[in-house]
Amino acid sequence: MLEIKNIYKTFNAGTINEKKALQNLSLTLQDGDFCTVIGGNGAGKSTMLNAVSGVWPVDSGSILIDGEDISGLCEYKRAPFLGRVFQDPMTGTAADMQIIENLALASLRGQKRSMFRWGVPKADTEKYREMLKTLDLGLEDRLTTKVGLLSGGQRQALTLLMATLQKPKLLLLDEHTAALDPKTAAKVLEATQRIVEQNHLTTLMITHNMRDAIAYGNRLIMMYDGHIVVDVSGEQKKNLTVEQLLNLFVQASGSNEVNDKLILS
Amino acid sequence: MLDSLFANVASYFASLKLSALLRALPGGLAQGLIWGILALGVFMTFRMLGVSDLTVDGSMATGGAVCIMLVLSGVNPQLALLASFLAGMIAGVVTGFLHTRLGIPDILAGILTQISLYSINLNIMGKANQAVNVNKVVFLFTSNAKVLTRTIWIVFGVCLALILALYMYLGTEHGSALRATGINGNMARAQGINTNRMKVIGLALSNGLVALSGGVMSQYQGFADVKMGTGAIVIGLAAVIIGEVLGEALLGKHMNFFIRLSFVVLGSVIYYVVYVFVLWLKFPPDDMKLLTAVVVAIFLAVPNLRTAKKNSFNRLAKQNAKAAKLGKEG
Ligand SMILES: Nc1ncnc2c1ncn2[C@@H]1O[C@H](COP(=O)(O)OP(=O)(O)OP(=O)(O)O)[C@@H](O)[C@H]1O
Ligand SMILES: [Mg+2]
Repeated sequence: MLEIKNIYKTFNAGTINEKKALQNLSLTLQDGDFCTVIGGNGAGKSTMLNAVSGVWPVDSGSILIDGEDISGLCEYKRAPFLGRVFQDPMTGTAADMQIIENLALASLRGQKRSMFRWGVPKADTEKYREMLKTLDLGLEDRLTTKVGLLSGGQRQALTLLMATLQKPKLLLLDEHTAALDPKTAAKVLEATQRIVEQNHLTTLMITHNMRDAIAYGNRLIMMYDGHIVVDVSGEQKKNLTVEQLLNLFVQASGSNEVNDKLILS
Repeated sequence: MLDSLFANVASYFASLKLSALLRALPGGLAQGLIWGILALGVFMTFRMLGVSDLTVDGSMATGGAVCIMLVLSGVNPQLALLASFLAGMIAGVVTGFLHTRLGIPDILAGILTQISLYSINLNIMGKANQAVNVNKVVFLFTSNAKVLTRTIWIVFGVCLALILALYMYLGTEHGSALRATGINGNMARAQGINTNRMKVIGLALSNGLVALSGGVMSQYQGFADVKMGTGAIVIGLAAVIIGEVLGEALLGKHMNFFIRLSFVVLGSVIYYVVYVFVLWLKFPPDDMKLLTAVVVAIFLAVPNLRTAKKNSFNRLAKQNAKAAKLGKEG
């Protein structure tokens, strides 16, 4: 499904702000994998997702989706393969457009946009209404509301729906519940779980919450210093505890900075 | 002293002839509608793309220059307007290229194109201005007093058609993608929209409209001048903002997109009617641009000042000091 092969990315190379954000990072996801990603601040988690999304080109290495090398494609050309939800609820939607307009935009992700088809077809309106109902946030009655008027949680849920409206080959979630209050966060995570399962989506989900990282998905990776240091899956992942996870980290990285660098929530 | 002041004021008011104002108004209306076409272009970039495009001052004159020169060489005036539109689109593409491909900030990219257009316009015309003998060429958009009413209706029709066209386009899948580009580029790219191309398209359309407005204006006045676009961006912005403030006041939340576009043109008409009125009051014509700039600055500042008042540290400090004083006394 997804193959990341030995990618490197250095920001501000050659200056005093030089930062080796990704160092020889490799990762292979199988079809239908739901992989959670943890790691301390600045470990390179977001940078990994940005590399996959094509926000900028990596310095070296390659990224393949279904065997096709996408590392030479720019951001908008990779969109057909990817569904993305960002940490900041503002990023994923167009505030000054209606809910239904946002959904209509997302329903054409990676497709040709016609200069002649106008508005949103009736049939689609009903489809969107049904989908919004499943979120249980009362959005189904507010199709023509401007997205800017929604709460952060509502916007994230909407962005999630938009990311998966056209089934993506890979779903990328970058701490998409971090900005939400615990109750809303739980609701959005629940919706995430349901949508991922229903559509058998291959998913990479960054989280700062170790318990969520353990509870969700069938695989867990931990990043440190621009590459992956812990990778657990299957039975081992199912039976994992936070304590074991910390031990694994210390063993793998040879670092004791776990307690201050990793956020234990 | 006071007597002579009174005498001055009295003679000033006596010199204002209502008939002169009434005679000037139709012309103001016609010009307001012509500038309304330009305002629609400014609305495209300023409001839809979130780009401040200063190409406008140059591309308006380009539109005029192209139109007049083609008419002088015998081309049908309406066809000449089409050429104006295309020339404006090219100017927009150049600004778009400078901005999206070469990474030059939008304002600077616009200024660079505007400055180059000054030379280009001089080259197109061969000198600073060119006139058409309006007795020989029949213009649809003539300022001839005998048919001015007809001209007003024709420009009105053109504005309406352009509003409708923009309304239709911006409602299509493609137009929605353009709007999304202006609102949130990250989101647009994540949805597979080529935001750079959208910006170029928006800039091209916008400057096409601006140049069309310049072409129509050159027909209206019978000549094109290399300076005819100076300050056009400010007038366009004034129209957009006046229209918005008025629309907000009259309709508030009931404003749909078609009406929003119509208010852009209405804003331009109001601007010109006020312009004519202020001139009638004997305001020096040379100071009109200053006045316009001040008005635009005020309108742009008002919303910010309102929120600034709400979010003021000073206000909070005073409020708390007052509460503390009351607490001590009570
Ligand atoms: N566009 C950029 N330009 C310069 N430096 C960057 C850029 N993006 C990331 N970095 C740097 O790369 C390093 C890794 O950042 P990244 O955002 O991937 O961390 P993260 O693991 O997502 O951390 P967090 O948990 O804080 O989100 C950081 O030192 C960061 O400052
Ligand atoms: Mg991050």
